Amino acid sequence: MNIEFRQETFRDDFTFRNSPAAIRRFPFPFHEDSYMYSVNMEPHVKGAPGSAFESLIDVDEHYISEMNDRAKVLKEDPLRCQALPHMMTSQWDTLELLMEQQAAGYPEHFSLIKDGDNWHWINRPLGIDQKFVFGDVSTLPYEPMEYITRQAQGDFCIVDQRDNNLWMDAGIATTQADWSLDFDIGMNFMEWHGPVPLAHQLGVFERALKFLLNLQQGKPVRRLNWTMTINPRLDTSPENYPKWGPDRTTVTPENVGNKVHLRCELQSLWRLPRSNAILFVIRCYLIKMEEVATVPKWARRLPRVLRSLPPELVDYKGLTRYRQTTIDWLSKFDDGAPTSPGIFPD
Amino acid sequence: MLVVGIKSRPVYKGLEIDIHSARHLFALEGDGAGALLDQIKSVGSGFLEKAEILYVGPESQAGKLRELQSFDFWTAPTIPVLLNRLKASLQAARMGTRLYLSGTEGFIGQAMQVALDLGIDFNSIRTEHRGSTARRVQCVHCKGITDNVTTSPFTCSHCGLPLLVRDHYSRRLGAFQGVNIDAEEPGTAPRPEVLFP
Repeated sequence: MNIEFRQETFRDDFTFRNSPAAIRRFPFPFHEDSYMYSVNMEPHVKGAPGSAFESLIDVDEHYISEMNDRAKVLKEDPLRCQALPHMMTSQWDTLELLMEQQAAGYPEHFSLIKDGDNWHWINRPLGIDQKFVFGDVSTLPYEPMEYITRQAQGDFCIVDQRDNNLWMDAGIATTQADWSLDFDIGMNFMEWHGPVPLAHQLGVFERALKFLLNLQQGKPVRRLNWTMTINPRLDTSPENYPKWGPDRTTVTPENVGNKVHLRCELQSLWRLPRSNAILFVIRCYLIKMEEVATVPKWARRLPRVLRSLPPELVDYKGLTRYRQTTIDWLSKFDDGAPTSPGIFPD
Repeated sequence: MLVVGIKSRPVYKGLEIDIHSARHLFALEGDGAGALLDQIKSVGSGFLEKAEILYVGPESQAGKLRELQSFDFWTAPTIPVLLNRLKASLQAARMGTRLYLSGTEGFIGQAMQVALDLGIDFNSIRTEHRGSTARRVQCVHCKGITDNVTTSPFTCSHCGLPLLVRDHYSRRLGAFQGVNIDAEEPGTAPRPEVLFP
């Protein structure tokens, strides 16, 4: 299937939109009418055609524009992409995984030809044709993780496994929900989740860590996470908080449908074959309230979910200033009818 | 006392002398001298003949440490000078050397960075917090580090933004995270409150 790539922006004039098909395939993160933290992991297997789970590494109509935005962020702040020295093997693992998955899912857009260690990668949407030697950094214009993640949607962390823990020792983060790679790099699983409220007490991280330490090669898992963002801005980093923070004060009953976006992270975790590290993919999807409102089930469910949130979560996700305005606007789409189980549109 | 329950902050378990070590290397700042002196009360002074003590801080404490007649005793005029010497001592260190750090959290953090850079496992380092609870903070925006922060918010000494001190600590940076407190409505920062005396 040929994807029609959109030319759009995630900053300044914010021309990002979802096509009707992209709205239908949005990974809506709520499977019921309320939300609380849980170890909501499931096997990352292929889902229905026309959903975000159609391929295991999803490429969509926003691909080219997202990659342009990433390049801008990296130009302004190179610390968004870092890898500790012992992570080179896992960087190559990551490159292989992303090239193979993109080529398998979208053969009309990506090709990978391997001849021993001599590899040939073709990325047609971005106009890249690269011959290189797998394992030889000098044959690529960047280190392997940066090279391939400049060509893959989502943020990526490579976590090393040792001492019965996971260590965030490499990553690229340009579409993150308010966490700093530069600050968190080198931390273990409990440490980098330190600021998350409530979940520690629920034992969520202990169980999730135990689960992930046993993650098997060839059996990736996924979970959905979410927050909300004002304007379709990918780079909501703490580094740039003074740039996007003021947006939160601009929501009014008149513009809420256009300005307020649900931000869903499709997180997938993959055991890497050579390094035994885990690749943690954090793929961000944005959808504005007006677009949510075109799917009756979601438009009924979302205001119910927003009402159900505990105050700590509202504060941590930064929803305080505009949650009520959003609930009020969405409520006109909620006729009180029951919603069907699961995340997909009816 | 330091606030407990910050998941990313190291736990400073106490200086506890490892009597089986071949060498003992101490880096102490100010009241951190007291942590070593208290150990001598409980395990005796036998280990001192194998101990190198590096100290920065007031002379009153230096005098007490000098009287111990350890294998080596050295005082530094400032923390950066001590860190240079610590690096030299660690580079020359042999198998069986145990590292001990005590003083303010900012000092422990910086000394630990030196040790981590040389490949020492942080779990093997004995640490004890003594003295002020002031924090070393990295501004997440300009990345500048401000030492001895006692209030939240405080003004970043590099870019001038008023920063909230988040309960989130990076061992790699040896610092807490500072985030612009009035980013959403510039000019609305609350008055600084002494939280880390």
